[in-house]
Amino acid sequence: MPEFIIGAVAWLPHGLQVTILTVLKILAIMIPLVLSVAYFTLAERKVIGYIQVRIGPNRVGPRGLFQPFADVIKLILKEVILPAGANRGLFLMAPVLALVTALCAWAVVPFDQHLVLADVNAGLLYVLAMTSLGVYGVIIAGWASNSKYALLGAMRSAAQIVAYEIAMGFALVGVLVAAGSLNLREIVLAQEGSALHWFWLPLWPLFLVYWISGVAETNRAPFDVAEGESEIVAGFHVEYSGITFALFFLAEYANMILIAVLAAVMFLGGWLSPFEGVLDLERLAGWSPVAAALLGPGIHWFVFKTALFCFLFLWMRATFPRYRYDQIMRLGWKVFIPVTIVWIVVVGLGVVFAVPPWFD
Amino acid sequence: MFEQFVFYFFATVLVVAGALVITVRNPVHAALCLVLAFFTSAAIWLLLEAEFLAIALVLVYVGAVMVLFLFVVMMLDINLVPLREGFIRYLPVGIGIAAVVLVELVIVLGGDRLGVLPVPEPHPAGYSNTRELGEVLYTVYVYPFEIAAVILLVAIVAAIALTLRRREGRRGQRPEEQVRVRRADRVRLVSMPAVRREPLAGGGAARGSSDGSAPESGE
Repeated sequence: MPEFIIGAVAWLPHGLQVTILTVLKILAIMIPLVLSVAYFTLAERKVIGYIQVRIGPNRVGPRGLFQPFADVIKLILKEVILPAGANRGLFLMAPVLALVTALCAWAVVPFDQHLVLADVNAGLLYVLAMTSLGVYGVIIAGWASNSKYALLGAMRSAAQIVAYEIAMGFALVGVLVAAGSLNLREIVLAQEGSALHWFWLPLWPLFLVYWISGVAETNRAPFDVAEGESEIVAGFHVEYSGITFALFFLAEYANMILIAVLAAVMFLGGWLSPFEGVLDLERLAGWSPVAAALLGPGIHWFVFKTALFCFLFLWMRATFPRYRYDQIMRLGWKVFIPVTIVWIVVVGLGVVFAVPPWFD
Repeated sequence: MFEQFVFYFFATVLVVAGALVITVRNPVHAALCLVLAFFTSAAIWLLLEAEFLAIALVLVYVGAVMVLFLFVVMMLDINLVPLREGFIRYLPVGIGIAAVVLVELVIVLGGDRLGVLPVPEPHPAGYSNTRELGEVLYTVYVYPFEIAAVILLVAIVAAIALTLRRREGRRGQRPEEQVRVRRADRVRLVSMPAVRREPLAGGGAARGSSDGSAPESGE
């Protein structure tokens, strides 16, 4: 937090100071996040367009760069339609619930060694708890819409999220055993060394399970049976229009970025640089400070790794056909959970015998 | 001062939500009120610096148990009117049971044991409730902990054993066979000799299609 902001509120009573500074910090996370979501939607259309040998949106602004704002304005101006038999209160509460839970988890994300809003000891658990709440938005939306398609989508989504949450939780248990901490910042610090010290290597099966479960939890292709537009129209949000639909959209993309961020933090060393242990950064700093800052650890690596995973989301969506529902259930319960349990035992043995270079 | 305000806020929400669970008509609303009650009690635990218990409550009860609960309740096709019909008739029975429970509670918790507990000392910064709980749970209480885990496992196995039964004539998919399928099992590509169709007498000469583009055999 820059000094001048702290100075500007120094005359206020202490409680108010803390409140104002916290709100400012929250805004400092929220505004970039919402902008990222906006441009993630554009990136999705562009990337999938290029993968399918199309151009994608290119009309609004230079090279279509203002497309997200056009979309937002359109969605805000549209009418919110309440279906006749809908449960009014819950129908309007569901998108808010989806968005709030999607944003809550961002409180504990460490962007840098010192850049974290809430340095919670049980950060990993907190993230897991908050992401597991997201399903309420979907379920309530499906039920309150009073529509067959919406209810079907909600049911699918609930079953799918409960199934994959267990596999995801077990994958996170492996990370916690390897790092010896639930604090996300300490998990990153436990991976210091070089790119080979990052947890993607010793926890490779858990990494795969985590990533696929993450895709399934966010209801993204190829696990998007909760929306399944070719089978049940749009699934749980079929009755939503205008700004209520936009909130679901925002929540889904915020969740996707969160899954990408967590994958970067837990398996790819967060803000750590891949050149650590390869280049002598201290000598490089004497020679060229700018190059050392770029190649050294920093938030830009965090953003870069997150962007890699975000691209992976789009790549998977453009490449894979949708999973059949029973196959999704089978993969979650009968493949992922046994794999994670076995690998937790392996990681436990590695920690007990202090296998170098990861667990010593 | 601020903490007290937060406590009374959450306590009020908790009591109201708990009362709504048993008074609202719609079972889905009741289940959602229960979710709210769990969530606010987790917030009160956070005030006591019991962060692990609070997050575990949200994770397990709100995030998993209540989702399944809602899942079932939403599938019920309940006509709400008959639910209320016997309310007055069964009211004496309900009051009687409530009185018995109340008496039991007073006997167990009553007397000097129902005193106001002293407010626990606030812990210094850096205190980790999760670590403390884990250390105690896996050293002092490791046997009760493991026994509780085994009891839960027995419950799971029992539930599956009670519902799993082999039925005759049941047709299902065998995913392992589906996964093992190779292209040769389903598709046979045959090599066809190139055939040039004789141009018809009319104007359709340009449409001669199968001119030697037969696919290569995959075998």
